[in-house]
Amino acid sequence: MAVEPMIEDPLRIGSHTFSSRLIVGTGKYATYELMAQALELSGSECITVAVRRERLIDAEGKNLLDFLDTDRYTILPNTAGCYSADDAVRVARLGREILSQMGNPGANWVKLEVLGDRKTLLPDPIGTLEATRRLIDEGFQVLVYTTDDPVVAKRLKEAGATSVMPAGSPIGSGQGVLNPNNIRICLEYLKDGDPDYPVIVDAGVGTASDVTVAMELGVDGVLLNTGIAHAKDPLMMARAMRLAAESGRLAYRAGRIPKKLYATASSPVEGTIAPSRS
Amino acid sequence: MEITVNGQVRTVSHGSTVADLLAELGLAHKLVAVEVNEQLVPKAQHGERRLAPGDRLEIVTLVGGG
Repeated sequence: MAVEPMIEDPLRIGSHTFSSRLIVGTGKYATYELMAQALELSGSECITVAVRRERLIDAEGKNLLDFLDTDRYTILPNTAGCYSADDAVRVARLGREILSQMGNPGANWVKLEVLGDRKTLLPDPIGTLEATRRLIDEGFQVLVYTTDDPVVAKRLKEAGATSVMPAGSPIGSGQGVLNPNNIRICLEYLKDGDPDYPVIVDAGVGTASDVTVAMELGVDGVLLNTGIAHAKDPLMMARAMRLAAESGRLAYRAGRIPKKLYATASSPVEGTIAPSRS
Repeated sequence: MEITVNGQVRTVSHGSTVADLLAELGLAHKLVAVEVNEQLVPKAQHGERRLAPGDRLEIVTLVGGG
């Protein structure tokens, strides 16, 4: 039987549908060319970008968009670097304006980050909730970066977030999913009576097994950037991440065996030969 | 008259519009979004939106990010 899990099992987030369960960032690559190749090898169809001031004097004149096949990717603009709800709302509007000009389907959504602390880049839950409400009022589908706190996650969903995206560990830290129990509780709360509600682990992924662990917990997708961009070989890591997402998703759907303290023989216990006498 | 563009003070002629400024900066055909005094000015309004002394503009584009 041919196994085409990602085709049978798409990722649905609001009005968007993807065959890949990875969302990958476009930041921190050594070159734009390397970024474009890594994005392709990751298999992702959804990529995140940031909104920043145009350089008014630029010798090289290179722009990210010159290196992206924008027909191929749905762009998810973020509000990274915003430390207040006001700033995040402004940046979300600016991102939407550019994506509207491009005719990209990503013009109707935003990855909301309202940060509370420069050292940990942990979100400000109060500013995040406020910005979520305001952006929803303005017609955005809001995918919201948060901690793995299940109560905050629930409040963000109740406010109308299209997807809640708990961090596995701090942004760019490469520590993986530090508290799988909190992610489990987030999943239980967010998917209660609403099993298709998309929950995405956003941030902290360091290597392929981190993606697999997250997917095996039952999250719908993983968003990562630094884990690929700063790997020694970003192209090889992009492939690894793609396979990890597929493996983790398949394992989750397949249903793992329970963990037991003692062994259970894999070979039949009956029909063994008589024990030696000598 | 003086305005501030991306944190830098610039002199533009009276009556300049957002579109005039973008042309002057060589950004007329670039994918950018513009805010004047913290309010988004959609592209369709760039030609009619006149700048006033002291206006604070942000001109942004998309860059790599996570």
